[in-house]
Amino acid sequence: MKTVEEIKSAIEAAIPGAGVEFVPNPGPSAQHSLRLAPPSAIAVATFLRDDPGLAFDSLSNVTGVDWPDKEIAEKVKVTRQVSKMVDGVEQTVEETVDEARKRIELGCLEAVYHLYSVAKKHGPLVLRMRTANRTDQVELPSLTPIWRSAEFQEREIFDLYGIVFTGHPDLRRILMWDGFKDHPMRKDYVEPDDYEYEPTAHDQVLKRAQEHQSRERGNEGTSEQGPGVA
Amino acid sequence: MSVTETKSERAAGWNRPPVVEPDGEGDLLEIAMGPHHPSTHGVFRMDVALDGERVIKLKPVFGYLHRNHEKIAEQASYLGSMPYTDRLDYFCSLTNNWAYALAVEKLVGQEVPERAEYIRVILAELTRIQNHASSIGFLLQEMGASGTPLMYAFKEREKILDLFEQLTGSRMMCNYMRFGGCRVDVSAAWLDAARKVVADLPAFVDEFEALLSSNEILMARCQGIGVLQGDLAVNAGVTGPMLRASGVNYDIRKVDRYGIYDRFKFRVPLGDHGDIYDRYMVRILEIRESIVILEQALRDIPPGPIMDVKAKIRGFRPRPGEAYGRIEAPKGELGFYLISDGGPNPYRYRVRPPSLINLTVLEDMCLGQNVADVVLIFGSVDIVLGEVDR
Repeated sequence: MKTVEEIKSAIEAAIPGAGVEFVPNPGPSAQHSLRLAPPSAIAVATFLRDDPGLAFDSLSNVTGVDWPDKEIAEKVKVTRQVSKMVDGVEQTVEETVDEARKRIELGCLEAVYHLYSVAKKHGPLVLRMRTANRTDQVELPSLTPIWRSAEFQEREIFDLYGIVFTGHPDLRRILMWDGFKDHPMRKDYVEPDDYEYEPTAHDQVLKRAQEHQSRERGNEGTSEQGPGVA
Repeated sequence: MSVTETKSERAAGWNRPPVVEPDGEGDLLEIAMGPHHPSTHGVFRMDVALDGERVIKLKPVFGYLHRNHEKIAEQASYLGSMPYTDRLDYFCSLTNNWAYALAVEKLVGQEVPERAEYIRVILAELTRIQNHASSIGFLLQEMGASGTPLMYAFKEREKILDLFEQLTGSRMMCNYMRFGGCRVDVSAAWLDAARKVVADLPAFVDEFEALLSSNEILMARCQGIGVLQGDLAVNAGVTGPMLRASGVNYDIRKVDRYGIYDRFKFRVPLGDHGDIYDRYMVRILEIRESIVILEQALRDIPPGPIMDVKAKIRGFRPRPGEAYGRIEAPKGELGFYLISDGGPNPYRYRVRPPSLINLTVLEDMCLGQNVADVVLIFGSVDIVLGEVDR
């Protein structure tokens, strides 16, 4: 197989402005990867599948990774003007102090694709794509039109991580139930306190379920809860 | 499919299953097969729309056995997840162990001693035999042959599970492989017992085949039913015996040559038609090839250590990086994808489940078939719900 760098230059020769980035893997496995720019991802994926020399006809594994927002604490030297009493007179002096600052580095959600070639018997080639952030810009282009094997796996990422794959033919939750709200594989997922919801609730469970329901009604106006809770 | 169609045009049609139009009059009947249907191998549901007996639509519904294995493994140490991998595909715990150990060994660059590699091959091939035998038994069960073929298969499986129990202490939840070797050594007595079990296997397969392969009912129910085309199978990520029954020569034991599979002589059985019968036959032939591998491995196994002396056990913290390791498990390509951030537990732990991904084409295979055949087509995929839902 060609090296990942060679594949990168082959992509750039075929698709000008593809914006493919080489991501080295520091570990002993040395499975380096290519980060695709979402706008050109479909074109690059089609090229990788149809190019007779590469022929990545099989998409083996698709998965998500969560990179949460990071709070970075750093010390910055700041020069500021302070008023001081010097020799009994108030004066404005410049003073340099260390100031502890915190800044938030925005995280992202990442989709990772492992490609193999059944025809040429080589691989893996690792592709990655990143969303802009973790909250409102979580769309990535779906590669299901190129490789059908992504169908269930991208649904699973949508379910567990919350990446929305545009162009996916049937994007629904797959492992969690349809009424579920959160994305459990995210690093900041908090487990609910009521795992014990029963259709025929009684005692404490009933009380908690009623509280929960009244809160939900207050929030949304309508409730999607199942039957049975009086 | 016309000859002039390019690959891209053909693949555009693979995006969705084909549309089957109802031909009769009257309404479609929508039924939910499962989750507690005897043919669903656990808790799995197919929402089927029927026009008379013909299947017009089929949507698989997953998640009844979901316990977020991957999240739990992110909170455990690397070794702490090893016993939990047994519970993925609980018919093949030893191959699950091997796939996970292989991925972690790739992540840290760990070598495995020769004797341990031989033990791994022996256990993996025994696992393949008992998995294929019982999956054929279940297939016959779904065809209506209640009990007898399944019990024939289970009789043989029990002998192999006895070997596992002697070696690992457990029939099914073996928890045997370690990063850089195996947990305990095999004794000379165990190897003799294994040789005896392997020597008896060809007679079992002959008997099984005499009972089944040219059976008229089996041929009538299986031939030409549930056909899967080879190029769709590749595009949909189908692996294992299902892929090879569609005529695609792809066996990870031959392609990756992981472990010491380059030392053994064996053939890769292929099907012609991609129907249920070919899947059955490929499994029978794979049992025969596994016996050939076992004979060679049990003859050649060398003395020596079973753990790499440099393998780190306490304070196991891989350097930051990532690795994807895969093996040819009995059901297909079983892969583990790990990301390490230098901590004692994986930052990301992903199982690539062959059972789930082989079900991608379930609807394509079932459309236009009779509802009774859905049960058979589903059985011929050979899945375990512990791995589908994780």
